[in-house]
Amino acid sequence: MNAPLIGARIARKEDYRFLTGAGQYTDDVTLPNQTYAAFVRSPHAHAVIKNIAIDKALKAPGVVKIFVGKDLADAKVGGLPCGWLITDVNGQPMKEPPHPCLAQGKVRYVGDHVAVVIAETLDQAQDAAELVKVDYQELSAVTDAAKARSAKPIHDLAPDNTCYVWALGDKAAVDSAFAKASHVTKLEFVNNRLIPNAIEPRAAIGSFSRADDAYTLYVTSQNPHVERLLMTAFVLGLPEHKVRVVAPDVGGGFGSKIYLYAEDVVVTWASKQLNRPVKWTSDRSEAFLSDAHGRDHVTIAELALDKDGKFLAMRVKTTANLGAYLSTFASCIPTILYATLLAGQYTTPLIHCEVTAVFTNTTPVDAYRGAGRPEATYVVERLVETAARELKIDPAELRRRNFIRNFPYQTPVALQYDTGNYDATLEAALDLSDRKNFEKRKSESLKNGKLRGIGYAAYIEACGIAPSAVAGSLGARAGLFEAGEVRVHPTGSVTVFTGSHSHGQGHETTFAQVVADRLGMPIDNVSIVHGDTSKILFGMGTYGSRSIAVGGTAIVKALDKIIAKGKKIAAHLLEASEADIEYDKGEFKVAGTDKKKMFGEVAFAAYVPHNYPHDKLEPGLNENAFYDPANFTFPAGTYICEVEVDRETGAVSVDRFTAVDDFGKIINPMIVEGQVHGGLTQGIGQALTEGCRYDAASGQLVTGSFMDYCLPRAGDVPSFKIDTRETPCTHNPLGVKGCGEAGAIGAPAAVMNALTDALGVKDLAMPATSQTVWKHLQEKSHARV
Amino acid sequence: MTLKVSMKVNGKAVSAEVEARTLLVTYIRENLRLTGTHVGCDTAQCGACTVLMNGKAIKSCSIVAMQAEGADIMTIEGVAKPDGTLHPMQAAFKENHGLQCGFCTPGMVMNALDFAKSHPNPSEQEVRESLEGNLCRCTGYHNIVKSIIAGAKAMNGKI
Repeated sequence: MNAPLIGARIARKEDYRFLTGAGQYTDDVTLPNQTYAAFVRSPHAHAVIKNIAIDKALKAPGVVKIFVGKDLADAKVGGLPCGWLITDVNGQPMKEPPHPCLAQGKVRYVGDHVAVVIAETLDQAQDAAELVKVDYQELSAVTDAAKARSAKPIHDLAPDNTCYVWALGDKAAVDSAFAKASHVTKLEFVNNRLIPNAIEPRAAIGSFSRADDAYTLYVTSQNPHVERLLMTAFVLGLPEHKVRVVAPDVGGGFGSKIYLYAEDVVVTWASKQLNRPVKWTSDRSEAFLSDAHGRDHVTIAELALDKDGKFLAMRVKTTANLGAYLSTFASCIPTILYATLLAGQYTTPLIHCEVTAVFTNTTPVDAYRGAGRPEATYVVERLVETAARELKIDPAELRRRNFIRNFPYQTPVALQYDTGNYDATLEAALDLSDRKNFEKRKSESLKNGKLRGIGYAAYIEACGIAPSAVAGSLGARAGLFEAGEVRVHPTGSVTVFTGSHSHGQGHETTFAQVVADRLGMPIDNVSIVHGDTSKILFGMGTYGSRSIAVGGTAIVKALDKIIAKGKKIAAHLLEASEADIEYDKGEFKVAGTDKKKMFGEVAFAAYVPHNYPHDKLEPGLNENAFYDPANFTFPAGTYICEVEVDRETGAVSVDRFTAVDDFGKIINPMIVEGQVHGGLTQGIGQALTEGCRYDAASGQLVTGSFMDYCLPRAGDVPSFKIDTRETPCTHNPLGVKGCGEAGAIGAPAAVMNALTDALGVKDLAMPATSQTVWKHLQEKSHARV
Repeated sequence: MTLKVSMKVNGKAVSAEVEARTLLVTYIRENLRLTGTHVGCDTAQCGACTVLMNGKAIKSCSIVAMQAEGADIMTIEGVAKPDGTLHPMQAAFKENHGLQCGFCTPGMVMNALDFAKSHPNPSEQEVRESLEGNLCRCTGYHNIVKSIIAGAKAMNGKI
């Protein structure tokens, strides 16, 4: 019972249900008398809707009802809100065009919602949706961010298709540092658009009870309370207490399930109109079109160095593609979560970043695993590696010359790092990757007709999002604390309710380890509950690697209150002074004596308060806590990748991948390793296989299925070599930093640094598919002839 | 028009009236309410719907229910022992943290059961090749590969 739980590789509590088919995902929920919704989506990237004819569809078998945009407008259903206000370089608010749940007169991307057909069965709804005849007048479309400003206006409110131009840093000082630099490294690249593709497609079931005058929405959400708040307060105008949002088992999110989507609103609203539950489940083709995408930056980046390789300044200019509408947190991703990370692990004293965010006729873009931080890391680490090559300095040595070593450290881009040890992760990664034998491996590869390259990425991320006051000053329209409740039952077992949401992260285990450790009880005595607004007091949800740092801390705060109250009860039972009571390993003891009460005895006394200090204390043992973090947390690490390139086919294989991360204190190393493996694979996917493509002329999504958009498969990635170093976070009681996104943040730069090394080229576009690499090799060999 | 389709699922005789176009996975999920078999795509690429049909792993989204008339189907719900004890392959996934969100997991386990019958001691390379038809977005496959190697050894060629 007293084996340490923090740091233990405990097999997950949630696994049994997932391994036996007993998981309960949204699409597994079936409500009595439910109907099925199918959305009619725009086949055009940009068009005016001249007419929608629904008569034929209405007569199709099983059709219950069809709603179009006008029905929602007549019912005063609002548009989808954006949760973050960015103020532009001129002090003006960003352009926030309406984001209707069903199109109002115009469609702006392929997949935009035009109508919803509700029928008795899914087949009937889908059959009838094909009978809805929409008359469109096509308009010219733009999908490329770099061309958006001169394209046909997508929204009346933004005639130049620009949402904002935003900047951070002292431009004049940066320019003057560049003028004096002895060396400048410059890169221009695209950070490729990605489609998140959680394997569980989105789904939503709205239901309305006339008896209770209340709604329930089952939905694939990473943050059910945020979903409810946005939907009730800003879209449907419903009282919050009359809406319950349940996010049951959720099959992966990676950011794409943070947002309030049109489908969620429509099924909830429609359930009252029909007085029947309405269920919608996305198929994969719809998911490609309608789940928020990620990344999509066009960037010019420069690094100024002195003759010794010290970084003097960095200058970055990015155009970010927001897609056709502002998704829930779209505006803060290429700004607040991007430019603020451009210091990386280095003492670069001056940084300026300008971001132009544009609308295009593409699916809305929002946070996808890493969200801004992979893009920032790509900028910094591609620049650093390129500079090292240009200056003929070992890339590890160039990093050492510029590492931040004194903490706390105030960067020139707003963040203050509390702690870190970048030498520790770099040196450990060099060892673990067997860097010293790289040259030997390289000549072996060459003997086999293959090119081998090595690449580094020393990333940093800001997690534990976020101090609400700081976020608010930067434009957040929400708080970013977390809530937790610890309910001790009369017999001493514990149920913990958390506002964090687990969709693969294993909170039911990790959080239980924290609770059982703190209370000194067996982990089986603890249950973790999440994902239901009717059970959880409040929650901001799970994203930005925030769950353990913010959600975990809220639970710890509540546990501390439990122990404090328990001490009062124990003092009464033991006829001792409260100040003399110590709590240790499940026992309340009078210091220096053998007098004690077990945790269960105290809990029992709280609920059967026959002998109880009623004059001083309420009965019961149940505590809440809200925790608003004092700062972000700053996980960091070094990744080293070795690739092999087949010169005949251009095929790239990631032969070795080493990751050494500093996540602060680790609760369950097994779960942390799993998070790293998954993140690395998504990062390798970005570098080598995944690239969203639109046809420039028609605005059609070309990569609209798993046959065209290449998620990494088991054969595309190696087994990983990973390790950790630990500098505990200084401002939360667990010393934790978060680990969910690191892999996806650091891997793309490491892989591309390795590939460009192998090919001896300055830059190559992501995804560097075998075709891209083969073309490059052909051009190179022709150039030689 | 509907027609009656009968088969054995997890050892039990079942039948239901379905349309000719009803997919086997829809039959399993909607008619039999065995929701452990998942649908992750619409192009037979992800493998979340994998079940055993007459002992062989198939994607239940790529055949219609009629084609399974009279077949012996095993879904994820039929893998553990009747008393609830995990099958060695399931146990290996748990031990090796071979799952995160759990959505692809049933398909991974069903595919691994078929693979392990003929590969009692597989190499990493063989396991990675066997996973060609199954996508996972969470685990990066590292621990799935470990799980299948361990599970296959524990099975020793027998389901």
